[in-house]
Amino acid sequence: MTALLEVKNLQVRVEDREILHGLTMTVNAGEVHAIMGPNGSGKSTLSHVIAGKPGYDVTGGEILFKGENLLEMEPDERAAKGVFLAFQYPVEIPGVATMTFLRTALNAQRKARGEDEFSTPDFLKKVREVAASLNIPQDMLKRGVNVGFSGGEKKRNEVLQMALFQPSLCILDEMDSGLDIDALRIASEGVNALRSSDRAMVVITHYQRLLNYIVPDHVHVMSKGRVVKTGGKELALELEESGYTQYEDNAAA
Amino acid sequence: MNVAVTKTTTGATLDGTFAAARGRLPGTGPVTETRQRAFDAFVVGGLPNRRIEEWKYTDLRRLLGDVAPLAAAPDQAALAEARKAVAALKDGDTQKLVLVDGVFAADLSDLAAGSGVTVHTLGAVLADEANAVRADLLLSRVNDPMLSLNAAFATDGVVIGVADGAELTRPLQIVHVATKAGAASFTRSLVRIGNKAKATLVETFVATAAAENYQVHDTTVLWVGDDSDLQHVRVTEDAIVAANIASAIVTVGARSKFNTFSLTTGGSVSRYQSFITLAGEGSELSTNSIHLLRGQQHGDCTFVIDHATPGCLSRENFRAVLDDRAHSVFQGKINVHQVAQQTDGKMMSRALLLSDEAEIDNKPELEIFADDVQCGHGATVGALDDSLLFYLRARGLPEKEAQSLLIQAFVGEALESIVNDDLRDVAIGAAERWLAVRG
Repeated sequence: MTALLEVKNLQVRVEDREILHGLTMTVNAGEVHAIMGPNGSGKSTLSHVIAGKPGYDVTGGEILFKGENLLEMEPDERAAKGVFLAFQYPVEIPGVATMTFLRTALNAQRKARGEDEFSTPDFLKKVREVAASLNIPQDMLKRGVNVGFSGGEKKRNEVLQMALFQPSLCILDEMDSGLDIDALRIASEGVNALRSSDRAMVVITHYQRLLNYIVPDHVHVMSKGRVVKTGGKELALELEESGYTQYEDNAAA
Repeated sequence: MNVAVTKTTTGATLDGTFAAARGRLPGTGPVTETRQRAFDAFVVGGLPNRRIEEWKYTDLRRLLGDVAPLAAAPDQAALAEARKAVAALKDGDTQKLVLVDGVFAADLSDLAAGSGVTVHTLGAVLADEANAVRADLLLSRVNDPMLSLNAAFATDGVVIGVADGAELTRPLQIVHVATKAGAASFTRSLVRIGNKAKATLVETFVATAAAENYQVHDTTVLWVGDDSDLQHVRVTEDAIVAANIASAIVTVGARSKFNTFSLTTGGSVSRYQSFITLAGEGSELSTNSIHLLRGQQHGDCTFVIDHATPGCLSRENFRAVLDDRAHSVFQGKINVHQVAQQTDGKMMSRALLLSDEAEIDNKPELEIFADDVQCGHGATVGALDDSLLFYLRARGLPEKEAQSLLIQAFVGEALESIVNDDLRDVAIGAAERWLAVRG
């Protein structure tokens, strides 16, 4: 069986600095992977490179998504193929109503896949259902994308999109940053509802706390641009006890 | 400084044009005399150039070269083409008054005098020797070379009266259709809105397929009475090689609202200069103007606003989206007269440059002679935000679509200022057509 995501010996530079020095990991459908590590270990860089953010120079290695070379695709092609990055800091887009944005994005993805566009009543019904389950008030959908949203509302809006677009790979980049316990619980419940045997999730976080809510199958520890240890969910608890220092030393050695 | 006045080349060649046109220009006696005075005033300086402060960024001598000869009156073929162009407009239910190559086209127009509205053609009023003030229709309180040129050559237009207390449900629409190549039209329309009246006025500029390298020289004079409301929407979709030099002279009475919108997507050279006097206390002025320009288009949006009485409010909002080597000019001048205490005036210009070679010039001017005044101006210039573009692309929008969505958002607020749903859709449609060409 082809893995959903294969990252092989990935090397990435930003300007003159190498951030990832040969990172390898495999994610299969149905799995939830957590990537943990200190600031500057390259976690967010990995998520940006998978999503296709400009400004990163891949100098070696490859990324295969369902067996296809992801690095040759434009960001929008990746989205249509089923890659979804939940942003650490979702941007505010004044003047673009959330509802318009959701419909335009969903239909662009469907068009790229050769599917019919959603009819407006079906779309509205679907959005309302998902929004209600995430405790997102209807008036938020009429406002500009993320404009005036609290940190928690922005993250819930990311989960809303995930639920609408039904991607096969969800990368959650520090979903817990800036969230209080209640907001974290609601967002995590939304994510857990999307767990399924044909979908994988990569959860990037500093803290073990998030993994109490979204329980991973595999945990990877990143340090200085590499995966330095891989284990089960108990590895996250260990890290909480011992911290990242030992891995930073290992990576340096 | 002693400056010898010599006729410019432009002026000299124009002498012949004026002489040739004279036979076709309506009006006799005082009208002819007024035209001659206006022509003489124009010829002294000719087309304004960069040394005239008000025209510094729009040097018509360089951009136009010369005033094109007066367009011939439209023949049956031109009227048939114009009819198609008018039929293609999707403006909803409006009372259409159509000028083809500067001449009123009765067959294409709806002259039915509705309740509270009277419509005449400028040509007929100027020619009416029983009308003692007919020549005054060519006068204006603003001293400007292009207004003088327009007064000298004004061929036709409409003269509309909206009675006191009238509340028009159908918008009045003046449609300018250009059908000829290499010719100029000179139009002048006057609209008087009475007291306690409500009306919507639309001005539309379009061209048929054969029209190119033409010039539109238009003037609109508006009076808004007391306790009245005038909604004004102006959409120019001229041919890509064409000039549209237009002026508005507006006087607003007391406790009235004047909400004016303009969108420019066409024309290689365009200038819309609007001189607005808030002449009665407690009135509100709102202007929203959009330039969507590409290629080597040059667009100029100039507002001169006089707060001549106390307690008026003015808001100017200008948005430019410029691609390729397009050049946009925004000039906003606010004069606060000594008596105009409690004036509240603000202007804002925001430009979005889609290319390294696009250019915007902003010139705000405030002249304040009262001491209890709030007056401000601001300007921003920027490119599309890369982080917003990436967010949209990561959600599946191809690059051009993502850009289009952000451009629409950038001009959205100005488009939303149009109150009438049908007319707002017309403006949005024109903006979408511009975006569609980007691909």
